[in-house]
Amino acid sequence: MTTVLASASPTFPVLPALIVVPLLGALLVIVVPRRRPELLKLVAVLATIATGALSLWLLFAFDTGVDGFQFASRHVWLGDLGVSWLFGVDGISLFLVVLTGILFPIAILATDPEHDGRAYYAWLLVLEGGVMGVFASLDLVVFFLCFEAVLVPMYFLIGRWGHDNRTYAATKFFLFTMAGSALMLVGIVSLAFLHADATGGAVTFDLVAIAEAQSLGVEAARWVFLTFALAFAVKVPIFPLHTWLPDAHTEAPTAGSVILAGVLLKLGTYGFLRFGLYLFPEATHHFAPVFLVLGVVGIVYGAVVATMQKDLKRLVAYSSVAHLGFIILGTFALNTEGIEGGLLQMVNHGISTGALFLLVGMIYERRHTRQIAELGGLQKSAPLLAGVFTVVMLSSIGLPGLNGFVGEFLVLVGVFNAHRWYAVVATGGVVLASLYLLWAYQRVFHGPAEGDNADVPDLRLREGLVLAPLLALIVALGVYPKPVIERMEPAVDALVEHIERHVDGFHEPTSQMGIDVSPEGAADAEEGH
Amino acid sequence: MLDLVWLIPAFPLVGFAVLLVAGRRLGEPNAGWVATVAMFGSFAATIGVVVDLLSRDEHHRRSVTTLFSWVPAGDLSVDVGFLADPLSLTMCLFITGVGALIHLYSIGYMHGDAGFGRFFTYLNLFAFSMLVLVLADNMLFTFLGWEGVGACSYLLISFWFTDPANASAGKKAFVTNRIGDWGVIVAMCMTFFTFGSLSYVEVLDATDAGQVAESTATFIAVMLFVGAIGKSAQFPLYLWLPDAMAGPTPVSALIHAATMVTSGIYLLTRVNPIIADAAAWVPSLIAWVGVGTALFAATIAMAQTDIKKVLAYSTVSQLGYMFLAVGCGAYVPAIFHMVTHAFFKALLFLGSGSVIHGMDGDQDLRHYGGLRKWMPVTASTFIIGWLAIAGVPPFAAFWSKDEILAYAWNESPALWAVGLVTAVLTAFYMTRQVVLTFFGRHRYADARPDEVDAAWDARLAGVAADLEAATAAVDEAGAGLEAAVATRTGAETAHASAIEAARTATSGGSTDEAADPEALAEAVLAAEDAVAAADTAVGAAEESLAVARSSRAVAAADQAVVVAVAGERDGVPALALDSAPDTDDIADHLPEAVAARADHHPHESPWTMTLPLVVLAILSVVGGLMQLPFAPSLKFLEQWLEPSLFGNEVHLGLGAGMLWVLAAVAVAGGLVGIAVAVAAYERGRIDHRVFEQPLLADAWTIDRKVGDFMGGPGRAGFEATTTFDERVVDGAVNGVGSLVRHLAGVLRRFQNGLVRTYAAGAAIGAVALLLWFLSRASW
Amino acid sequence: MEVTVAWYLTLGAVLFTLGAVGLLVRRNPLVMFMCVELMLNAVNLTFVSLGDALGDLSGQVSVFFVLVVAAAEIVVGLGIVVAIMRRRAGATADDLSVLRG
Repeated sequence: MTTVLASASPTFPVLPALIVVPLLGALLVIVVPRRRPELLKLVAVLATIATGALSLWLLFAFDTGVDGFQFASRHVWLGDLGVSWLFGVDGISLFLVVLTGILFPIAILATDPEHDGRAYYAWLLVLEGGVMGVFASLDLVVFFLCFEAVLVPMYFLIGRWGHDNRTYAATKFFLFTMAGSALMLVGIVSLAFLHADATGGAVTFDLVAIAEAQSLGVEAARWVFLTFALAFAVKVPIFPLHTWLPDAHTEAPTAGSVILAGVLLKLGTYGFLRFGLYLFPEATHHFAPVFLVLGVVGIVYGAVVATMQKDLKRLVAYSSVAHLGFIILGTFALNTEGIEGGLLQMVNHGISTGALFLLVGMIYERRHTRQIAELGGLQKSAPLLAGVFTVVMLSSIGLPGLNGFVGEFLVLVGVFNAHRWYAVVATGGVVLASLYLLWAYQRVFHGPAEGDNADVPDLRLREGLVLAPLLALIVALGVYPKPVIERMEPAVDALVEHIERHVDGFHEPTSQMGIDVSPEGAADAEEGH
Repeated sequence: MLDLVWLIPAFPLVGFAVLLVAGRRLGEPNAGWVATVAMFGSFAATIGVVVDLLSRDEHHRRSVTTLFSWVPAGDLSVDVGFLADPLSLTMCLFITGVGALIHLYSIGYMHGDAGFGRFFTYLNLFAFSMLVLVLADNMLFTFLGWEGVGACSYLLISFWFTDPANASAGKKAFVTNRIGDWGVIVAMCMTFFTFGSLSYVEVLDATDAGQVAESTATFIAVMLFVGAIGKSAQFPLYLWLPDAMAGPTPVSALIHAATMVTSGIYLLTRVNPIIADAAAWVPSLIAWVGVGTALFAATIAMAQTDIKKVLAYSTVSQLGYMFLAVGCGAYVPAIFHMVTHAFFKALLFLGSGSVIHGMDGDQDLRHYGGLRKWMPVTASTFIIGWLAIAGVPPFAAFWSKDEILAYAWNESPALWAVGLVTAVLTAFYMTRQVVLTFFGRHRYADARPDEVDAAWDARLAGVAADLEAATAAVDEAGAGLEAAVATRTGAETAHASAIEAARTATSGGSTDEAADPEALAEAVLAAEDAVAAADTAVGAAEESLAVARSSRAVAAADQAVVVAVAGERDGVPALALDSAPDTDDIADHLPEAVAARADHHPHESPWTMTLPLVVLAILSVVGGLMQLPFAPSLKFLEQWLEPSLFGNEVHLGLGAGMLWVLAAVAVAGGLVGIAVAVAAYERGRIDHRVFEQPLLADAWTIDRKVGDFMGGPGRAGFEATTTFDERVVDGAVNGVGSLVRHLAGVLRRFQNGLVRTYAAGAAIGAVALLLWFLSRASW
Repeated sequence: MEVTVAWYLTLGAVLFTLGAVGLLVRRNPLVMFMCVELMLNAVNLTFVSLGDALGDLSGQVSVFFVLVVAAAEIVVGLGIVVAIMRRRAGATADDLSVLRG
């Protein structure tokens, strides 16, 4: 990642477009005449599909095998303070951008708002613009702006279109996340000014410049890292700062849950990669054991608590805590396999858990209850729905051949190479995952279909069409993840090298590559066997 | 042809894809034929690859075919590739062969089931996963198959999902398997860490070259063994296999007898260099766990009454033998026994399915008996399977089991002794099953203990009701008598007054001049008649009362007799071997079901079911030919498997004489087991209840204890964590909110809205500031 | 007895104290305003005298600012107070606690 503005920068500013198109869409939604309400959804869908198409174009035009930021663009904003609209993607953020581009149209197409469609679609589009901004920005102030900006639409989405306990959930989500990131602003500003002091140059908030310079002292870097880490820890969420998540996920409308789980949680994990590991390699290395422990705790704890949930949606929410524990584990393993596994899991979790929330929403729409005790025997009355649920559930469990496994395994391999026993304990998480998911499936889908459960209609065409791309990705990414991994690898390798360069005595924990570990073998090697 | 080794799993995969899309439309039986043809195609492909491999020189029988790169991440580079070597192809042969036969069988067995298409979809997917498992060229791809068979097993066990018990069994199987999978994942991590690769060729060659430290090899071997315990249902992860019998019988045959459960042994055989390099206690551990499980399961099988449960525990037991072999370094006998076991166990399961089919779904051994009259093909093939498993020469399993016992003796006489005891028990319980099912009297129409109890209850109730009715009759008669007496008294009174009236009239004292002497005389006569009639009535009433009383006495006596008989009766035996239980006393009170059963005739199964039985029976007879111990040149299997074994096969240092002695002892043991079972169940010389201890029938109560723990303390622990999350962690968050509100409430009191207070505050503040500045000023 | 700057300053201080104490003690809003005016003008006096004593014109300039602020404050404040007094005759400062927390 030594070069910004690497490779051919096309004249068309793709990344700002990715932010502007949804925002424009929001504006258009607002000005749709009142007597034409059917246009609201159409405009929103068109805007998100346009954004999605742009992101897919980005994917295909991305140059594999090159590290450094591509499609970069820069427009100066506050010149005196060194703030500019600086965007770029590399292997790490590319797939998060594409994931966002894919999930938003699906979320919008899947469900309709029960009231106030104008505001609903407008907020969703603003949300998309903000999220794209977070993933694409390379300027600290713009990043913070977008990071905070996504909280407002989400607050309204939960608070106005959510379920019974929505006000509490929305307020808790907003305050908790904002409290976490409040300190991050202090950290950003101090980072910029300390950097300016140390290098004697002008103040700048350019991420790459600050990261490459590594001008902060060890103590100062650790403190600033902690301010960033707190914000991301709440966002991910990491135990014990996770309690906003079950409420927010459960009370949000289906589209809100899909976006929240699929995309918003990744803001935190992406933040750790881009702003934790990249900006503060030494501090990351220093604090890694803490995060590894918290990651393992999250995996086990999330699974245990998920098992006992009576509300189906809440169960899926806690499963997210467990899955993100794996991602944190992979990120702080500080080697290529671990980080790639974490990145893959970010994408996989977005797809699988997004699909799960869609399915739970479909069940809710049919039975108007999310309580597991009231559901039962749905496989008899809705076999197709059950079949799709089975596939998505197996993906979430991490069955090889589906997308969830590859990332999980890479994380475990990476962590094993770095800190053996964390991996051994974390692997136990796969047992627990099968326990809570299969038990929930058994209670909801198996057994006799009685009462209202017997009248449940099966999967409709529209629902199937919305789920189809997710199912296709689940299978495709499980069988052939190579194209994704190839594009991630240069950026991840560069990141690991960056850490190696700036942390004394740190070498990437890799495998021993057939190095002789036995006395006889060593002797053989000396003899030239 | 070797390059086309990927065809072997491709056929069932294509079958799965076709059935996924068009399964319901194809319907019965075409969906079944699609799946079966796919399996036969796979078998043909396997034969082709084997032929090609045989044409090669012995030292070049290992071929890797890579399709594409799967996970190229960092130093880890895993491909989707296939390793065609003797070991994997041996597995493929019996997986596809026996699998195809079971697919064919299922067409008949699943006839009429609403989920016919879905069944074959899952079955083909399972076959694909299993073939991937054995053909994969690296551990990660093997793991894909490993987990894939677990998932298919889950889907197939809970196939009839509307019954909650089936659903629960499926979940239990998957979760228990997953505990084993934990071990495999950890082993893979360690393997990658040590070798930088997961490919068998690289890992095993490096291990064989001595590049691995003992501690590392031990770690990997133990972790893989944990995985094998889960998948192959050894102690303590065997609990899922008996429950898995909830699935349709072909599933039990294919997955839980012939193929999936052998994956553990395959895996350990595949990594035999690692086991060889591990610490000495590792193979011992494997051997002891194996033989211990074998004995444990055999004891339980002795007391089971469900025909499939006997076979389930028998499978656990036979798998134990295979682990015993692996632990003794006898890889060839392990594979040999695996193959023969596939033949005879699939035969036995399919045969039991045929029996169940013929008995219209009844799975209880106690209700069978004498079935060979009606199901000759099933019976004869089942008997062949029985002889095989009991270790009777020259059937296939005698040769394989005998070799394992020989190697066990070579390793440790204690191991051999436990193995021998297990063999005796095996012969016993299998003979019991055969005798109870196919020989003896047909017990289906027998009244069962619960039915007899119900009948006795009905009879006692009937007699009590009769007594009540008789008592009521007596009361009625008594009332009738009273009424009659009252009538007579009235008639006598009337008579007396009539006479009085007549006397008064004749003596002329009557005030009534119109009293007609004739009418009065008639009245007197009528009154006399009335009295006479009343008398008669009273007499009749007395008689009827006497009759009622005697009836009641009879009824009471009846009841006393019945109560006495009921009190003294022995319970009807659950298993009436000699003759039907005596139900004359209660013949009228038995439930209708008993009579309905009397008309029932078991029937033989269709050709789609009996043909596979015959084929498997033939294989069970001749299967031993692949590894006869008489001369090294006859040991085909050993020669064939040698390239996969890296020379880690233990050398059997026993003389021919010793081998004959061991064989003779084993056969004798088997015959003893058979003899005891025949004596107990056919001849009735030994009381069979001695063997069917409740503790054994309850599987040493382990399953129940585990279930209680999971539902009790296990669940409580989980609940406690959830409560902790709600109260403590979330409580802290909500607590912060409450704290802020509380503080705000306190601070609010300063804002009383009065200007003077604010002014006072400003004044005090100003003075304070002034003083502070003055104090810091320098004079 | 020459009248020096100190006399003016003392007068200013005394007037300021009178005004401050009056503000804190009196309850009639109009009287409180008069006390505030007293304080402001005491400050004015201090400014002017010191400005004269030190020969700095900014003392007198400050007075302009203070007078402007005082005037603005009187306009707004008296307007509010009169409006309130019209509604509730005889209201004292202690009665006006609508803006309590």
